[in-house]
Amino acid sequence: MASEEPLFDPSLKKRKKKQVAFTEDPLGADADPTAPAPDTIDSTTINGDAVDLGPKTAHELMKSTGDEGAENKKEDEDFKAMFGDMKKKKKKKEIPMDLGDDSGTSTPTVAPSEGGAPAITSDDLDFSDIKKKKKSSKKKAAFDLDAFEKELNQSKTKSNADDDDDEGEPNPNLDHLDDADLGDDPFAQGDAPVGVEAGNEAWLKSDRDYTYSELLTRFYASLHAANPSLLSSSSQKRYTIAPPSIHREGNKKSIFANVTDICKKMHRQPEHVIQFLFSEMGTTGSVDGAGRLVIKGRFQQKQVENVLRRYIVEYVTCKTCKSPDTLLTKENRIFFMACESCGSRRSVNAIKSGFQAQVGKRSKNKTG
Amino acid sequence: MSVQNLNTFDPFADEGDPLGDSQDVGSQADYIHIRIQQRNGRKTLTTLQGLPKQYDAKKILKAFKKEFACNGTLVDDEKMGQVIQLQGDQRSKISTFLTENGIEKAAIKVHGF
Repeated sequence: MASEEPLFDPSLKKRKKKQVAFTEDPLGADADPTAPAPDTIDSTTINGDAVDLGPKTAHELMKSTGDEGAENKKEDEDFKAMFGDMKKKKKKKEIPMDLGDDSGTSTPTVAPSEGGAPAITSDDLDFSDIKKKKKSSKKKAAFDLDAFEKELNQSKTKSNADDDDDEGEPNPNLDHLDDADLGDDPFAQGDAPVGVEAGNEAWLKSDRDYTYSELLTRFYASLHAANPSLLSSSSQKRYTIAPPSIHREGNKKSIFANVTDICKKMHRQPEHVIQFLFSEMGTTGSVDGAGRLVIKGRFQQKQVENVLRRYIVEYVTCKTCKSPDTLLTKENRIFFMACESCGSRRSVNAIKSGFQAQVGKRSKNKTG
Repeated sequence: MSVQNLNTFDPFADEGDPLGDSQDVGSQADYIHIRIQQRNGRKTLTTLQGLPKQYDAKKILKAFKKEFACNGTLVDDEKMGQVIQLQGDQRSKISTFLTENGIEKAAIKVHGF
């Protein structure tokens, strides 16, 4: 690796070139006659370039793993052959996602050129390569075929090293950093994990079968690289609320001092929370001048906390995505909870106080 | 000529208007509620509300009293119907008793602190 590093720098420049072409590409890709379905997928992701990086790097990594073991020289030819194949296919068929056809055509073209590598694994790798290549080639059609071949020609002089940055990424950390600089810059949060996680996977080099967990972490790494917004939501810090502070007032009353704070934190109306508390605990009470809640009966902090917990589960957290970022609105006597983060909307149970048993002296009670 | 297949058919016709019955909108109609209420001092009351009609509340009360070694009574509430009222905090005991005797756990709601 150390010997290749000097050779790496020109490649980085090239990468930049690539990337530029690549970012401009989507228009070209749209113009290209490609399958409609993948295009929609591309367009949905706003940072389309970042999304592209995932498969591309994956392909490249795979490529490197698959072919570095065998022959590096041949890789060029391989690629050329594959690309030629791709071109032809593109012209021939307008539906590049034809998986069955892909497998049919790809295996014969690739397998003969790839003598050295073990048959099954290499086939698998190449197969996936082609599929991925197809996807990427749709997006960056012009760049792929033209720039790539140019680069290949140039790189032939430098053979191995340049080859590596063109397709394989022997030192992905560097490349990833570069990628981050170019593409992901506005979404700065996602960068660090990408460089660390997606790059440092030692198993990428090995020939063995990948385990599920490895692939899963890898998937998440590239996913988060592509969509930092997802990352922020998934690695969100826990939803915390200050514990309720309960004091005793006199003998028979408890004071819940920080109701308003807690309500503010939960983004709920204090009236709603208080109503829930009273109906759940089967008591009554009032709010005093300082905004504290006076509850009739003796309650400990733990007990109130329990009730609050139930309130949060019922009326604050979104049932779909577990996010506490929700809004509670009342429409036609029914409360609806709309989630701010996932957009789901559901009706919630109205707070109903159940049966209240007669407690205390009947003479004090008017109705009794 | 009338073709039977072309007749419009409302599959929910016999269900009635789901929202017409306004009292039940978003309500907990089919839950069994177990609540607790504080009395003076450390004393508490447990109430069991919404027991399905097919069960005999009187017999269940008797079983509760024997099982939990507490006193209790059956209260007729004009809104809530028959409510079993037991002395002391019997919430978890009631819940386990009911589940052991073939009531779904999802149908039971334990309230209180």
